[in-house]
Amino acid sequence: MALVKLTTPIDEQTIRSLHVGDTVNITGRFYTGRDAVHHRIHTGTKPPVDLEGQIIYHCGPVMVKEGDQWVCKAAGPTTSSREEPYEWEVMRDYKIRGVIGKGGMGEKTLAACKEYGAVYMHAIGGAAQVCAASIKRVDGVDWMDLGSPEAIWHLWVEDFMAIVTMDAHGESLHKNVFEESKARLEAMKV
Amino acid sequence: MTATSPLREVSAQDTLFESILDLVRRTSTQLPDDVVRAVTGARQNEVEGSNADVALNVIGCNIGLARDSSLPLCQDTGTILFYVHTPASYDQLAFEEVATEAVREATKKGYLRQNSVDSVTGKNTGDNTGPGSPVFHFHQWREPHVEVKLMLKGGGCENMNAQYSLPHPDFGGRDLKGVENAILDCVLQAQGQGCGPGILGVCIGGDRGTGYSFAKEQLLRLLDDINPDPVLAELEERVVEKANQSGIGPMGFGGKTTLLACKIGKLNRLPASFFVSIAYMCWAYRRRGAQLDLGGNVTEWLY
Repeated sequence: MALVKLTTPIDEQTIRSLHVGDTVNITGRFYTGRDAVHHRIHTGTKPPVDLEGQIIYHCGPVMVKEGDQWVCKAAGPTTSSREEPYEWEVMRDYKIRGVIGKGGMGEKTLAACKEYGAVYMHAIGGAAQVCAASIKRVDGVDWMDLGSPEAIWHLWVEDFMAIVTMDAHGESLHKNVFEESKARLEAMKV
Repeated sequence: MTATSPLREVSAQDTLFESILDLVRRTSTQLPDDVVRAVTGARQNEVEGSNADVALNVIGCNIGLARDSSLPLCQDTGTILFYVHTPASYDQLAFEEVATEAVREATKKGYLRQNSVDSVTGKNTGDNTGPGSPVFHFHQWREPHVEVKLMLKGGGCENMNAQYSLPHPDFGGRDLKGVENAILDCVLQAQGQGCGPGILGVCIGGDRGTGYSFAKEQLLRLLDDINPDPVLAELEERVVEKANQSGIGPMGFGGKTTLLACKIGKLNRLPASFFVSIAYMCWAYRRRGAQLDLGGNVTEWLY
């Protein structure tokens, strides 16, 4: 389990060198994208930004406009499993190298991570202030018609910490913990 | 507030507005003491340097940061649930109007995220109001004062709620064994998606609607209270113990802390029905409350 510093955009080779359990510290650009963004891309609209080598952050931040500038007040991860029907497609079509969220994702995403070269990174759910402390600037926003929590926010982050829980080698911490806990609870059934 | 009422009333409404706004701010930014104790205390059970340990450490830091900067603990400020007790003669409609206005203001100030979306058009109202938001549960009582409790329940954990109808081929019959197996299945299915370590509010019985509602009300209890019903107290303890042996752990990373507590209530049921309704609450368990005098002043903070 290594501590790896990443800078976006990230190349495929670097992403394929990561393993489940690695801690990553990321500096660079994050694009937020959650339910409505994934749905819109899925139904055929091209993303308004070049996603190649980038990270999509499953996050609906609290944003407040102070003067002309958007300020991020809170920005932890949202549950990623809702993007399970769509994420593999975004990996294939737009060459993102990773997503950050919480709770993990399923088989389709795990397979896409392996095939197209991407990882799933887990931030700490609910820790909106720790996450926001790493967000240094809000550089822009697209698709604001989806509402602020659902828009694509362009964030500049420094040393954003996350844990790789699904890698490009077909390993998933979530799959392992589910199987193990299922067996243990089954044994404790009354 | 608009000055359409007599002067004396306007003043009481302004006071109430400020009290509710402060309640919203406190609820969104300051985790209650019982929750802080439980979630920070859990760290000693985890292996130092493990993912579970890292997660609980970050959670501890986050609690401090949110409190010190008066910013939302979690960006999902959730469903806004008011539980209000009032004397019989109290104007509940006026309370609802003032509290809704306070919610609008809290949204402008960034204590609450814009969280109210039209379910058909997808349009966000931008101020947290609209059909079903905020939620008010009013009760009358014979006390001379008003009590308001506020819970902010995020969508991640709300999505992990579950309702079981017994008997069920996988979980068993209409007895406490069936109930226990159903509750633990909810924990298994949730894994880390509800931002565990979690807290469960459970209702045995009721209809589907009141069951869920009563399950959520169990979350108004203090984490370290003891259920006055010894049978339920024992079941609560057993569920927590087993869940914490499941190995799911904080965030579903693996580890010993899967649940911080389980609070179970019961309602009578129809002979034909036996529901077990479970409200999964995340570690960012935001509930606060206040006692108010009839002028809207806070006389005591709860929790």
